[in-house]
Formats: sequence, C-alpha cells, structure tokens
Amino acid sequence: MTDTNPTVNSAGYEVPPELRQNVAVTTLDKIWNMGRRYSVWPMMFGLACCAIEMICTAASRYDLARFGMEVMRPSPRQSDLMIVSGTVTKKMIPQIVRLYNQMPEPKYVLAMGACASGGGPFKEGYNVVSGVDQYVPVDVYVPGCPPTPQALLHGLMKLQEKIDSESITTVRWYGKDDIPAIPVPLLGPDLIDPRDNELIKQETSKKPAAPAAPAAPAPAAEAAS
Amino acid sequence: MTEATTTAAPVEKHELETRFPDAVKAEARPGYTGFLVETSKLTEVATALRDEMGYDYLSSVTAVDYYSDAPNAENFIEVVYHFYKSTGGGALEIKVQTPRENSTVPSLTPLYPGADFQEREAYDLYGVNFEGHPDQRRILMWEGFAGYPMRKDWKEAYFEEEVKPFKNRWPEGQVYRIEDRNPFNKNNKYPQGFDPVGFKETDDPKLYEVLERAAREYSEDIDTEQVVVNLGPQHPSTHGVFRMAVRLDGETIVALKPVMGYLHRNHEKIGERNTWTMNMPFTDRLDYLSSMSNNFGYALAVEKLMGDKAAPPERAEYLRVIMAELTRISNHLWAVGFLLNDLGAFFTPSLYAIQERELILDIFEATTGSRMMCNYFRFGGVARDLPEGIYGKIKDLVFERLPRKIDELDIYLSENELVRSRSEGVGVITPEEAIAFSTAGPVLRASGVPYDIRRADPYSIYDRFKFEVTVRQHGDVYDRYMIRLDEMRQSLDILKQAITDLPGGAAGGEVMNGKNPYQVRVPAGESYGRVEGPKGELGYYIVSNGKGNPARYHVRAPSFINLTVLEKMCVGQKVADVVVNLGSIDIVLGEVDR
Ligand code: SF4
Repeated sequence: MTDTNPTVNSAGYEVPPELRQNVAVTTLDKIWNMGRRYSVWPMMFGLACCAIEMICTAASRYDLARFGMEVMRPSPRQSDLMIVSGTVTKKMIPQIVRLYNQMPEPKYVLAMGACASGGGPFKEGYNVVSGVDQYVPVDVYVPGCPPTPQALLHGLMKLQEKIDSESITTVRWYGKDDIPAIPVPLLGPDLIDPRDNELIKQETSKKPAAPAAPAAPAPAAEAAS
Repeated sequence: MTEATTTAAPVEKHELETRFPDAVKAEARPGYTGFLVETSKLTEVATALRDEMGYDYLSSVTAVDYYSDAPNAENFIEVVYHFYKSTGGGALEIKVQTPRENSTVPSLTPLYPGADFQEREAYDLYGVNFEGHPDQRRILMWEGFAGYPMRKDWKEAYFEEEVKPFKNRWPEGQVYRIEDRNPFNKNNKYPQGFDPVGFKETDDPKLYEVLERAAREYSEDIDTEQVVVNLGPQHPSTHGVFRMAVRLDGETIVALKPVMGYLHRNHEKIGERNTWTMNMPFTDRLDYLSSMSNNFGYALAVEKLMGDKAAPPERAEYLRVIMAELTRISNHLWAVGFLLNDLGAFFTPSLYAIQERELILDIFEATTGSRMMCNYFRFGGVARDLPEGIYGKIKDLVFERLPRKIDELDIYLSENELVRSRSEGVGVITPEEAIAFSTAGPVLRASGVPYDIRRADPYSIYDRFKFEVTVRQHGDVYDRYMIRLDEMRQSLDILKQAITDLPGGAAGGEVMNGKNPYQVRVPAGESYGRVEGPKGELGYYIVSNGKGNPARYHVRAPSFINLTVLEKMCVGQKVADVVVNLGSIDIVLGEVDR
C-alpha cells in the first residue's frame, strides 16, 4: 500500500521520506474498519416491493459489487448486514427477530423504505408492524417507497461511514458482557412482544370500559364525496 | 369501456332460472347483476353450472359484509362467485347470503378445487364457515388470531376513523401520532382477560397435523420414515416471504402445504377506508413488478360503474395498452430470468433480463415519475401524456432492441441441455386440472387451454389488435417457460401496432376525460373488472354504496389462486423440483398476500 491512500496512512505520524513507498503507519481501527467496510455481506432476504429495488441495486445496472457488498448470503450465520427491504408484518416479525439473533456480531440493520422505517403506506393495517425498529435496532434508514437503487446505495455508504466511526475498543460486541438476544415475539390473539407482558396483563385485566385502543375522535359517519 | 363486458346474456339467465325456479332469483338491487341462490341449493346449482351449462371455470370467490350499526339494518354476509366458460365469454355471477352469526355456506372446493384458497381466505377474514371444505384453516392470518378482521365492525388497534380523508391530525397546532394513543405504543390489541405469560402458539401444530394427514392418504400401506422440511419464509428461492411445508419420503414429496400471509398488508381493509382515487397507488403495490396492469384492472372496474362519463379518450386507451404490454414484457423478463435462477443458472440469465427490464423502467420513470410504483391510470384516462422523446424511445425499444434480446434469451436458454432436462416433464398440469384449479394466465395457457381475457372477453381496445393467443400443450415447467417467451413476442406485436396507431403520435394529445379529479363520484352498485395481467386474470370486485369510498374492494389475485395447484404439481416429485415448480408459476408475494 502506498502512502497516497489517505484512508489508511493518516494516523498523524510522519513517515520518513525514504520509507514512504514501503511502510504504512495507521491505527488498528482504520485497518479493521477498512476491512469491514469493503466486505459487508448482506443477507439475501427480501420482504416486499423494496426487495425488487434491492435486487436491481445488486444487478446489472447499479452493481453493488462496486462497494464490496455483492456477496449476498442466504444464511444469517454468514452475513453481517440485514437489509429489511419491505413491509414488516406481524406474521413475519418473529422470523426477522430470529434471523437477527442468529447473525453473528458485528451486525447492522438497514431499514429500506417507508414500510420498514415506520409502517409506510400500510401502517394502519392490522397485520403491519410500524417499523422494524420496534423490535431490532436499526442503523440506517433509507426513505422512499421504494427507495431508488441510488438511494439504497447512498444508505449503504452511510453505513460505511458508520463503520468507519467505530473503534475496536468501544464497540459493544467486544465488551465483557453477553449481548442478550432479542426475545422473539409470539403470534397470539395479536402479536405478543414478550417485553410487554406486564403491560399487556395490566391492560387486559382492566374493566371493559377502557378498550385497548382508545379510539381517536368520534368516527366520521359521513363519507366525503 | 367497450361494450363487451356485460354479464350473463339473457339466454343463460333464462336457463338458470328455469332450471331452478325456487332456488335462483335474478338480482333486483339497482346496480347489481347476476343471481341470488338459496344457500342450501348452492352445490346443486354449481354442479349444474359446471356440468350442464359449461361454466367450468370458477374464477373468483369472495365475501362481502353488509353491515350497518343502524337499529333495524339488515345485516348479512354475502358470498360472491364469478363463473366463466373456459371457451370464452362474460361472467355468470351468483351470490348466496348467510347471517353474520354462525355464517355457513356449502363449500365448492370439492366441485371446483380452485375455490380452496379463496374459501379459506373468506373464512379467515370474514369468518364464513365453508361446510365440506377439506382443509379449512386460516390462510393469511395465523391460527389463533382474535376476530375476523375484514368484518366492518372489527377495528384495528390503529383505528382512527371509518373513512378517509381523516380529520385534521393537528387540531391544536400540535401533531399527534396514532401510536401515542395506544397503551403499547404498537399496532396491537388484546382481548379482555388475556394473559400472555405461558402462551403457546397454535398455528404451526395445526399445519403439521394437516400435513401428516395428507401424507397418510398418500401411502397407507408402506411404513417409511418421513420428514417435514420447511422451505421459507426466509428462503432465497421462494421469491419473497413464502413458506412451503413439505413432507418428504426420502427425496420424494408426499405432501406440500403452502403457508402464506407473511406479507399480508391488509390491502383490502385499507382499501375500503380509502377514497376511490386513493386506492390507485395502493394497487401498484399488489404485484409490484407490474403496477401498470394493476392500475388497469382497478380503473376498468370503477369506470364500469361510473359509466360513459369516465370513458377515456382514444389516446389514453392506446397509452394504457402500451403501458400494460410493456409491463407484461418486463414482468416476463423477470420471470424468465429468475426461473433460470431457480434452475441453477445462478444470476447470469437474470442479469441479462434485468438489463432489458431497466430500459422499460426508464420509460415508466420518465412518464410517471417512478420506476416501479407508477400510479399512472386515472378514472377516465391516464395521469399525464408521454413526455418529450419517450415516444421515440418506446419505438426503438419495441422495433429494434427488445425483439433481438428476446431472441437472444431464446437462443441461449431454450435448447440448453440442462434447462430441458430439469424442466421437461416436471410439474405437469393437464388442461382439465388447470381449469378445475382456476389457474390463470401463462400457467393455464401452458397447459393447452387457449384462454386469454384479451380475446375471451375483450376489454379496453384489445379487440383492435392482431395477435395470437399463445398456447403450449405439455403443461410442464418447460412450457411455462416457453409460453412467456411467446407472450413477450405477442406483446411486442401489439405494441408495434399500438405505437404506430397511437392518435397524436409523438406530438401528444388529450389523455384525460375531463380534468383529473381528486374525488370521484361512483354510483351505487357492484362491478367486476378484470384484465389479463402478466400473471393471469387480475380482477377487482368492487361494491359502491354511492359514498366517497368503496364499500367492498376485493382483488382476485392471480398469483394467489395459481398457487392452489402447487401441491398438485409437486406431490410425487423430488424436493429439488419444488423450487422450479414455484418459479414456473411466477408469484409475487405482494399479490398473493395482499
Ligand atoms: S416502502 Fe413502499 S415500496 Fe417499499 S415495501 Fe413499503 S410499500 Fe413497498
């Protein structure tokens, strides 16, 4: 590697001129992050319409390979980026959480599109989760419905920036403590998040006068026409 | 709209009514067509329809909840059936009514296996019990879900108001979000007295039970060890979040049950709250690979109710056809590319296919502003005219580039030894089965049934174009692959004619009847608009009560109904063929689950 590569050779240490062609001085973080940022392996996993744009991003015209990310892995064990590309439904979220738990650290989540970020056009639906971040932590949100491939690429570059900003000494997955797995939601009379159990019990044992969803202002009976 | 879309010709009407004078009544409600059938006589009537009158194709089954909380309102659930003849012609629509409590209707699945999933859907969402259904389980939601969500009096946790547009969400100058009003901050609600601790799921155990039963039926006498393998919902070759629970004996499939609903986004429930126009962009997200065709079907259904005042101008009709056919090509390119993926030619053919698809998307983007979610059709026309330069681009593509590229795919793939040996004779569906299972589109035509709505029951201006209804005879995966190539070529033929005849040509012209309305008035009544989408018959059944939004909005989704035949295709074959069979049906989960 030559000293003309600014990302590597800028540790603030002056390299003697005679060594410039042979030695690079850098920090461990930089090397470590450079390796990671150019070899992000996304999980091959598409949920809805956004997945089509994701495939297009990986395909002939936009070519994700330029960013070192073309190795899409069908198995969570081999991937370190989960692109949540589409509407997250209640029926699917247990699987998504399970997959997330199965991914080894370091792992990142990119919420692609309006649906994954916050419910999107279908938010009010009875089977729709308002954003995947209610269950798994999200690193990058990409807006759009669907985001164009350019937007997704931009989001991935943002992820690279985030990777760059991390330090091997402070990242959570090399800490002393185990990182607890996210409890997998259950499909009951409605989706059950085990973290909410107390709250659910409290709400359902209330007198019927208080419905689970305090409705908004009185329903408008008249249709606008 | 053209004149060719009327229901039941008078002769048949007579026939059904005279045959069953007590059980069948012609529909008397204004704006409605078809016949009301006595619930107890439904099986008998349907048998006669199939065996005596030639209505062998049960296209659509759905339920409608007629509900009002007014004191003396007559509340009931109506199950609506659309029958067709596989030789062509208009629909015969029959309906049965059942009370909202203990709703029970005889199942037509034993007569028309294609009703299987559709009845399960009605059971799932409306709570209609289909007596005699072989496998009545929930299909889109999971077993154990509380309530029947499509019923009018069932409210979701995020319920705000009955209809849109909603009232101001920032009445005091401060915006609120609907989750702030929910105790869980989530889109969830639970029945009174429910205790989540120690809760056990019930969906999967029931599925495995059914699977076991189906397997026993297959081999009673030999005792071998069988295993259950789940493919999906996260699986690279299920084309989305689709799951197949497969029971294997060695490598041979003895039973297969598709599991869906992982992308059930409550399209219909939301659609009944939206205004008519608001639904247009939602239709884009059904079959998200072919948004233009989805728009087309919905526009037709609504225009049918609106009558002449929504007749699109000539140029708009041509633009509609051009866009729909371009969509078909882009869809089939995708389908062919990914079928090859499933066959093991990992990604190279699809890269070639996607390259061509991108060129079509460029045209869509320039015209509509979006690559995939085009939202282009309006009631009475299309949203805007072709921008400058696009006419020429389409012309180049249609006359020059695409024909060559389709030939290229054909040359490289069709005669390939591996492609042939993996797909010939695999997943065979006979013509009788194809009709009985209500398959549509390429799946139906690859089985030797020359049924194409553009010919059988023409809509828009398809009667003006010269094209062939493609048909192949073997009904295997190879034919389902070949038919897509054939169809692309026919689409190109239509496109060549349409682009040449386009009134106004490159210069432009009127594309909207009247001005583009934000809110439309749709007279009360029902209508069923169907188009030959790239995946098959895409139908919209809508009921209007004269208000600003649909009272019922149902999508007859071809991908969903085509899946009914999947088990039939796969049983007895090797597990490796499952993926190929699925790929050859060409499903899109947005449309399967809606
Ligand atoms: S954000 Fe839009 S395009 Fe993406 S999955 Fe949701 S509806 Fe589909």
